[in-house]
Amino acid sequence: MEQIEQFSFDFQTETPHIVRQSRDEIRLQMGEFAGPLDLLLYLIKQEQANIFDIPIARITDEYLKYIRLIKSLDISLAADFLVMAATLIEIKSKMLLPREISGAPDEEEIEDPRRELVDRLLEYETYKNASQMLWTRSTVEQAIFTRGQIESDENNTEVNSNVFDLLKVFQKILAKHKEDVILEIEREEMSLAEMLKKLKAMIRERGQLNLLEFLREISTRQEIILAFIAVLELVRMGNVTLLQQSIFGDIVLTKSK
Amino acid sequence: MDLETERQPRGITEIVAIIEALVFVADEPVSAKLLAEVLDEDRETIEAAVEQLQNEYQHRESGLTLREIAGGWQISTRAEFHTEVRKFLKTRPNAKLSLAALETLAVIAYKQPVTVPEILEIRGVQSASAIKTLLDKRLITAKGRKETVGRPMQYGTSKEFLLQFGLKDLSELPSIEDFEDLAGSI
Repeated sequence: MEQIEQFSFDFQTETPHIVRQSRDEIRLQMGEFAGPLDLLLYLIKQEQANIFDIPIARITDEYLKYIRLIKSLDISLAADFLVMAATLIEIKSKMLLPREISGAPDEEEIEDPRRELVDRLLEYETYKNASQMLWTRSTVEQAIFTRGQIESDENNTEVNSNVFDLLKVFQKILAKHKEDVILEIEREEMSLAEMLKKLKAMIRERGQLNLLEFLREISTRQEIILAFIAVLELVRMGNVTLLQQSIFGDIVLTKSK
Repeated sequence: MDLETERQPRGITEIVAIIEALVFVADEPVSAKLLAEVLDEDRETIEAAVEQLQNEYQHRESGLTLREIAGGWQISTRAEFHTEVRKFLKTRPNAKLSLAALETLAVIAYKQPVTVPEILEIRGVQSASAIKTLLDKRLITAKGRKETVGRPMQYGTSKEFLLQFGLKDLSELPSIEDFEDLAGSI
């Protein structure tokens, strides 16, 4: 077993730290990054890179390394992480192209392929910082208590609820109702083995069997399918021969000699 | 002149005392407007009285404080004594919001009214479950639909948000520019 690194982000310490763990399979807890931008931002800081001059090749490699570690993951979440991977690769490839080709004489007019990503990262980081402020506020707020309910509150007939509360109650009632009604459906089942047996018996009995007539006797869709498979199976095993005397004529099953 | 409505003008001490009584029995923050209505005094008198009450609590180093939150006044315990209060009430701090929920909440708080696609744009990740959590905790509410393709639902923060984050009103949130300046630094 080799030493592997696992990332975890602890909001309380406000700095991500790497936890060394020994395991066969590395499982990156992607849930601990709030999203692809969060992961990207973390990698950039980890590399001590300048956000306005991202070493795109190095960061892309790092990013892809982590993406590969994702094994079992919420598929919608994984999708967002993969979109970012594609974006990074696109930027990386654009950066490899010689810039003069675009024909712009002034170098400043050529837009840096990283520009849009940097803008997104900065905007994201802004809100990430704001969320840390909210976190601090809520922590302080949890240390403050107000008077508990006094008796008259219970006599208060005012209902403090909204449409969503009504919906929730309605859904609960529906769910309860659903549990009450239990429909019992009897299963009519015939196995392929049984169908094969039946078919063989009929051919043995009558010497030959008109397929269309046989299928007409059957009532359920499932049995028709089974009958069809049974016929194919008998033909495959060479037990019966199919005979069709004219084009589009009836197909007759006879026992193989 | 109706004799019944005529009364002796109250002294400021009495007004302060009545306000204290009202804020004490209220289970939600009481607005200055409501206090003015109940006491039949003008807003300036009420505001001066509230300030005096606030100072009184502070001056005698009370275990209680009078503070302005979610557009009203509320009496609450001082944060310093949370350990003892918690021990007495036998409660634990509420479960913290997840990283994703907090981020989503920050976007909604600063960009409201905002739609789900707009949140996705900023966060770069689906926020559906975070939004559900925030709705369940009543921190956000639906604020109508945006008149654009698909008429997506818009969300904004609720009064509960102000209460849980100890805010007088939304303007008390630090400006987003402060966080913008922070972004990009290593």
